[in-house]
Amino acid sequence: EEPTQKPESPGEPPPGLELFRWQWHEVEAPYLVALWILVASLAKIVFHLSRKVTSLVPESCLLILLGLVLGGIVLAVAKKAEYQLEPGTFFLFLLPPIVLDSGYFMPSRLFFDNLGAILTYAVVGTLWNAFTTGAALWGLQQAGLVAPRVQAGLLDFLLFGSLISAVDPVAVLAVFEEVHVNETLFIIVFGESLLNDAVTVVLYKVCNSFVEMGSANVQATDYLKGVASLFVVSLGGAAVGLVFAFLLALTTRFTKRVRIIEPLLVFLLAYAAYLTAEMASLSAILAVTMCGLGCKKYVEANISHKSRTTVKYTMKTLASCAETVIFMLLGISAVDSSKWAWDSGLVLGTLIFILFFRALGVVLQTWVLNQFRLVPLDKIDQVVMSYGGLRGAVAFALVILLDRTKVPAKDYFVATTIVVVFFTVIVQGLTIKPLVKWLKVKRSEHHKPTLNQELHEHTFDHILAAVEDVVGHHGYHYWRDRWEQFDKKYLSQLLMRRSAYRIRDQIWDVYYRLNIRDAISFVDQGGHVLSSTGLTLPSMPSRNSVAETSVTNLLRESGSGACLDLQVIDTVRSGRDREDAVMHHLLCGGLYKPRRRYKASCSRHFISEDAQERQDKEVFQQNMKRRLESFKSTKHNICFTKSKPRPRKTGRRKKDGVANAEATNGKPGDLGFQDTAAVILTVESEEEEEESDSSETEKEDDEGIIFVARATSEVLQEGKVSGNLEVCPSPRIIPPSPTCAEKELPWKSGQGDLAVYVSSETTKIVPVDMQTGWNQSISSLESLASPPCNQAPILTCLPPHPQGAEEPQAPLHLPSDPRPSFAFPPSLAKAGRSRSESSADLPQQQELQPLMGHKDHTHLSPGTATSHWCIQFNRGSRL
Amino acid sequence: MGSRSSHAAIPDADSIRRETGFSQASLLRLHHRFRALDRNKKGYLSRMDLQQIGALAVNPLGDRIIESFFPDGSQQVDFPGFVRVLAHFRPVEDEDTETQDPKKPEPLNSRRNKLHYAFQLYDLDRDGKISRHEMLQVSRKREQEM
Repeated sequence: EEPTQKPESPGEPPPGLELFRWQWHEVEAPYLVALWILVASLAKIVFHLSRKVTSLVPESCLLILLGLVLGGIVLAVAKKAEYQLEPGTFFLFLLPPIVLDSGYFMPSRLFFDNLGAILTYAVVGTLWNAFTTGAALWGLQQAGLVAPRVQAGLLDFLLFGSLISAVDPVAVLAVFEEVHVNETLFIIVFGESLLNDAVTVVLYKVCNSFVEMGSANVQATDYLKGVASLFVVSLGGAAVGLVFAFLLALTTRFTKRVRIIEPLLVFLLAYAAYLTAEMASLSAILAVTMCGLGCKKYVEANISHKSRTTVKYTMKTLASCAETVIFMLLGISAVDSSKWAWDSGLVLGTLIFILFFRALGVVLQTWVLNQFRLVPLDKIDQVVMSYGGLRGAVAFALVILLDRTKVPAKDYFVATTIVVVFFTVIVQGLTIKPLVKWLKVKRSEHHKPTLNQELHEHTFDHILAAVEDVVGHHGYHYWRDRWEQFDKKYLSQLLMRRSAYRIRDQIWDVYYRLNIRDAISFVDQGGHVLSSTGLTLPSMPSRNSVAETSVTNLLRESGSGACLDLQVIDTVRSGRDREDAVMHHLLCGGLYKPRRRYKASCSRHFISEDAQERQDKEVFQQNMKRRLESFKSTKHNICFTKSKPRPRKTGRRKKDGVANAEATNGKPGDLGFQDTAAVILTVESEEEEEESDSSETEKEDDEGIIFVARATSEVLQEGKVSGNLEVCPSPRIIPPSPTCAEKELPWKSGQGDLAVYVSSETTKIVPVDMQTGWNQSISSLESLASPPCNQAPILTCLPPHPQGAEEPQAPLHLPSDPRPSFAFPPSLAKAGRSRSESSADLPQQQELQPLMGHKDHTHLSPGTATSHWCIQFNRGSRL
Repeated sequence: MGSRSSHAAIPDADSIRRETGFSQASLLRLHHRFRALDRNKKGYLSRMDLQQIGALAVNPLGDRIIESFFPDGSQQVDFPGFVRVLAHFRPVEDEDTETQDPKKPEPLNSRRNKLHYAFQLYDLDRDGKISRHEMLQVSRKREQEM
């Protein structure tokens, strides 16, 4: 590997230039850290090689055992125990990531719904455990069952009780994550383990200072102070966490242009919260938990999608890393026998007491809680809760921190703690899974709430809040409702980006997610079809949408959809046409349009969307579009397509289409390719602007919504058209056949995706007859302003085909002129047009549809590269 | 207001208690609340009375809840009616309600009655069906507020 040599070190003159130097000590510390993490990770990999082992034995057990083995090896080699879990390291570096992870990903709704129970167990339960265990051990000693070597008074035992009684979040998380009990049970045990930190810290500190002061010197006021410090530490910790959560949320609101540091901010501020709380000797765990819990909603709304993923994975990685190291170091630390002193009475007594008092405490508290709980905790839950009270590294770190001069029995306590931790993690960890199975504890079912579920849940929240209002009882629902109002009115306004706030519309959000999922499966299917059947592509859209949703299916069957395939058969096509169409679809679906490729991506501060992703996005959009088209075409019998008489060959169709279009509304609608090219450019430049101040997520969301908005506008348009054109006697009789044929033929799909792009730039509407001038001026501007790739198409296109510029005036030139060699493009251009033409009130669509046609043409040409005109064009655009 | 007279006898307290299952204490509290809401000491509540509850006004489903207190388009609700509606929100008592005593009417807090109550919140025109339109309207109401 790349060890620690530094070939050149200019700061060392006298002995002459050394070729090779060994500088272990300079890198020792970080190197060891890296090595430990590496070993732990490798161990993890090894454990997971065998599914059988990990399904039976929790990972934490394996890691502890591995730690024991490693510690033994180190001990045998070095003759002394070198490494151990240092409390400083543990509290400053290993614990925060785990707590942050659990706080951030805590299901907040569940947490707050059970807050009462969690707090009871965390506060009352921990106090109860600490005092009863400490007192019972003291009693044990008085009874003479603990060897007299253990020199400890009541206070020492209480101190020990306070550190050994707290349920450990790390251990609980490690074991319960593999057990999968139901959410309520999990959140109660886990929430308890997080929140009891405050109590543990206070108890530990109070007892510790009492021990140090000596029991004789403790005044009554000190007890009061102890009680007061409980509130200070817990509420203070929570407050620190919330303040940092607020700061974090506020900061992420302004990271629009520096997306890359978003994940870092989350970690930094959360860590700052931890350190601040630690500094003020408040409950640091509580601070980070509250920070994570509090900021999540706003941060998630503010940061970009990728940052979200990054945060998630980094957090999980760090937490799992820390957890692994903790358990391994626990094992290693246990080997160091110099620190321990064994006393069987103490060890056995402690084990029995912590189990017994935990169980007793849980039963008592649950009995009280069940008087108030809507869904009572039954006996099985109580068993799991008692048995799941695992002790872990926190207890170990605390016991190591004890001062031997003040607490003479420290060594005994250390040994006992190690045994307790090992017992709970290994024995209880091993048996809890079979126990849960045997008791048939309700397991968690892993599924995301459906849209319906979410809707009703919210509805019921409102109902309950309303009823509490009517009854005049200010209960939980009342306060939650209050909070939500407050959050909506002030907090969200303050902490969320305006765009994010807008998007937060929940139904849309869910709809959007469903849409994406749906689309992914669709694309998957489509991809499959595409790859397996190769060129039999044209049926792809229809086939897929039939298979896709039952709604589509139904509509297709009940409506005019039946004619679809007939039409396909009816249309007599030459093999060549068919092949062209097929090829077109293949390219259209599969080809990525190289838009925006000129964007330089060498900045360190921005991650530019890489090509693959843009491509995925476009393909996805296309597919969605196509699907929508097919859906619509079955739903409404589109008769405006009548303007293109169907059983005709492609070549003729173009002319007719144009003529027809001209005839139907005598508008000079024909924009040449050059025009459209220019239009693209203007549009794109706009898009760039758009993009620069609209985030990716916003864009994504925009598009998600636009599908629908577009659809309705289409519908309107269609309705209008069917009214306008007398050519078609009734929408029914002109069957959907044209649409079917259309689907098979190039223009349709081309039109599809443009809508997506149009959406954001609707502002730019240029009257048709002014377009030439406009475009020319714009393109001249473009050539100055934008990178070369951008202008290439215009510059190269315009010269070879000058009359393009005049085309708005003399539209029929276009079809007639380059026609023979120029197979597809005109039809494309016109196809879009003939459709949009009919709706005179959508000019932007009009100018953009030809645009897409033009684009299509550029893909298409590689496939249908029969004409040199096409080739020329392409070459031009590639320049 | 009126805390002195809160011990005034509730008419038919026993029968109400039997029907709804509320305890004496809860009933007293509810009665107190009822009279606090009843502005002019009319002895019944009108829609106006309920609409004056501030928090209810901002609740997106507030008017649906208010509506549920006035079955069949009546304009007023007396105390038994008021309590009867609220009884839907008592926790479900026993799982085996079906098995015991088929003659006795189902308690108001049974699962079925709870569901029925929730159903009628959606059923705007009280035709016994939730139409697509109604569903949409209620959902939208909720959504507007979100």
